[in-house]
This record gives sequence, C-alpha cells and structure tokens, in this order.
Amino acid sequence: MNASPRRTAARLNWNLRGRGPGDVAVVADGEPVAPAWAFDGGTGRGVRVCVVDSGVEHGHPLIGRVEGSWAVVTAETGPEVRVSSDGDACGHGTACAGIIRRVAPECELYSVRVLGERFTGTGDMLMAGLRWAVRQGFDVINLSLSTTRARFAAELHALADEAYFRRTVIVASAHNMPVESFPWRFASVISVGSHQEDDPDLYLYNPAPPVEFFAPGQNVTAAWLGGTTIRTTGNSFATPFIAGQCARVLSKHPRLTTFQLKNTLYLSAANVRIGTGGAP
Amino acid sequence: MTEPHPDAASDPLSRELLQSVVEVARAIFGAQASSVFLYDQAAHELVFQAVSGQGEDHLVGRRFPAGRGIAGWVVSSGEPMVVDDLAHNAVFDREFAESTEFVPDAIMAAPLLHGERVLGVLEVLEPVPQSRSSLGELDLLALFADQAATALRVVLDRRVEAPRAARERAAALDLVGSLQRLLESGTPAP
Repeated sequence: MNASPRRTAARLNWNLRGRGPGDVAVVADGEPVAPAWAFDGGTGRGVRVCVVDSGVEHGHPLIGRVEGSWAVVTAETGPEVRVSSDGDACGHGTACAGIIRRVAPECELYSVRVLGERFTGTGDMLMAGLRWAVRQGFDVINLSLSTTRARFAAELHALADEAYFRRTVIVASAHNMPVESFPWRFASVISVGSHQEDDPDLYLYNPAPPVEFFAPGQNVTAAWLGGTTIRTTGNSFATPFIAGQCARVLSKHPRLTTFQLKNTLYLSAANVRIGTGGAP
Repeated sequence: MTEPHPDAASDPLSRELLQSVVEVARAIFGAQASSVFLYDQAAHELVFQAVSGQGEDHLVGRRFPAGRGIAGWVVSSGEPMVVDDLAHNAVFDREFAESTEFVPDAIMAAPLLHGERVLGVLEVLEPVPQSRSSLGELDLLALFADQAATALRVVLDRRVEAPRAARERAAALDLVGSLQRLLESGTPAP
C-alpha cells in the first residue's frame, strides 16, 4: 500500500478540536435516560473489564488488584495467549487501567498484553488477543489501540460483531493521527476521541461520527510504571474513561445489551437533550 | 572530518536532510533535543539516524531494543505519544536515558509512517512546558512526523539506489576495460 490513503485522510479529525459542548448540541428522540439512572451508585462491581494493551502493572496504588493477566506469545503454530506475570512493557496499559479504576473503582480488571518485546506491528497479536478476550466473555474490553493494516479489517469487523452479539462491549480508541485504522470505525464498537474541556467527568456524544463519543484526553494524570504517575494526552486515555462508564452502567443494569448500553451513553451525554418527539 | 557511523545515512545529502528534520523539530517545540530513529525490523531495534541537541556528537548509529519504552510503544502501536512528569518515574527507560547522558522529564514521540509500515520514530525530548500536554501539540507533532517520514523515505530510497548505482558504475568500468583491452590487443578488423 502506498501513502496515498493518508493524504486522502489528511482532512479527517478524530478529536473535538476548538469546539466545546455548545457547538455539538444534539436533540434526540427517545425515552429520557437521566444520568442518575445510568450512573449513580454504579461502581463497576461485578463487571469484568479487560485491558487489551501493553500489559498492566500489578499492585500499582492507583490500580490495585488485577484479577488475571495474559500475554500473546509467538508459538510454532502462531500467536497464542498464555498466562503472564510480565507486567507492562511500556506503561500505556497501566495508564488505561488506572483510568478505568478511577471511574469504576469496584470493577474487576484483567489484562491481555498484545504489545511489547518482539511484537512488530499491531495486526496478528492484536487479533489473537482481542479474539481471545471476546471469547472469554468479558463484559467490557478497553482497546486503546488500532491497526492500520487493511488486511485485518474484515476479520476485525467480524470479531467486533461477534463481541456485540455476545454482549461484550469493545470500547475502542480512534487513532491520534489522520489515518484510517480499525476497529474503532465499526458501528458494533463504542469509539472514543478526546475533547479539550477541563472537566474530568465530562463526556460528549459526537453528532458527526464515526467517532461516537468524546471524553477527557488532554493533560490527563495517569498511572505509570513503578507505582508512579505521569501526565499525558491522546485518545488512548479518553477511551478508558468511557470503558469505566460502561462498567458503571452495567453494574447497575447488568441485563443491558450492547446496543442498549450505547444508547444509554448517548442519551446521558452532556450535550444530548431529549426532545418531545415529532419533527425537529 | 570523522567518518559517519556505518548505520548512519551513507551520503551527505541524506544526513543533511535528516539533520534538518531534527533541528526544526527541536525549534518547533522549544526542546532540549530531538532524534529520528530508523526501525530495523529484522533486528527489532531502533537506530539513531539524526540527533539535535544533547547527544548530537555521539548518538548517531547507536542501537537499542525496540520492544520497550515509549519509542517501543510507538513502533508497535503506530500511535504518537506524549508523556510528561517522567522525572518522578523510577524505572521508565532510565537505563537507556542515562546511557544517552540525558534523562528527560517529558517526551513526545510519533511514528514515521509509510502507508501501513512504521519506518521509524521521531522523538522530541524536554519540550517547553506549554508544548507538552495539549491536543493541538499532539496534532502538530503528528503533522511534523508526516514530513519527517517523507524525509526518511527519501533517505531509505537513496540507500537502496546507491549500491545499484555503484554496481552500474562498476559494470560500465568493466566494459570500458574490456574495450580498451580489445583495442590494445590489436585485433585486426575483419
């Protein structure tokens, strides 16, 4: 593939730049869903959230207990998922897990490491780790990653649909550069970009998808290696905020399907107002 | 003049091009240093190709494993990354950072992409504080990385072309030599 798709995508923007909640006001039809109904008292208790990333550091003070850790490794027959105690190869997965824990303090956290060491590129390892996570039946999968490799798109699409029907919600990060990548572009996942507001609890629905939600992703304080914290910026860190919100909703309403969950997020977003029905 | 490192760009124009990339990156972000790394996929290593600022005189050509740290994550994820407040961090890349005689508090890194491939990484160390944490700066980094990627592609293309040109020159010289020997042998025309 040559570089032309990147040129074509140069005008694309996967974040809310230079605009605030008032610029993306949405009037929606539907039964009113009060944020209190969706979130209040929802701590994530009993909800299994899996971070598919570079691993998660165990015992980090901002993360606490990690219920299970696995890594994709290269075996003779191809990538395999094995129990792993290797922790985090770079800190990125730890940062995501810390944000999920902040939002949904009582959720069960799990980790599948698909990046690091000799992993070249995100395709094969990402596919293997994500497929495994979907088939374990986790309630929420945080995927602050994507692949630009078009040859994985169809397989990822099928996997995202499989997750959707299994009631495993994949919360996927939009790419930080104006390039085409997957699986965040698929309608069966919940895709996330960053807004520039200071409110650490604000999230917005995007009336002009493919990115469906914007969450705090600028100057975020996040857990890092060695029990420390850093400050960082990017869609990677907006995504676990929404994953944590999913865990909160599901801990209150465990029978929600994936489409109901997405609708709940939509109707509860700060910029969405429920109309009175009829023509706009 | 010292000889360039064997892993550095082999011709002066390539070196000049990459050097200008890191000089401009450093200036844009008011940074202490900036580097361009080539990703050696076979060895799974990153190779310093150009450095501006700290380490400029001795880091070009140095290799390190591409599997860990921020640069490693950028290679394997294809995503840019901005990390600030690293000074509080006891473990992150410290061994490597100390080997380069520079332990930054903040790092910005972006992949140098060609289509689906990551050719390398652009890294900016210790940018001025206002450049570290906004989405706008991340955009600027990504935009500049696009230009840096084009420069790295030019360098890599020239690297492929240079041996071919050398082979063609050698073949031409062989031909001239053969002709000369033929003429000198005084073989009479038929």
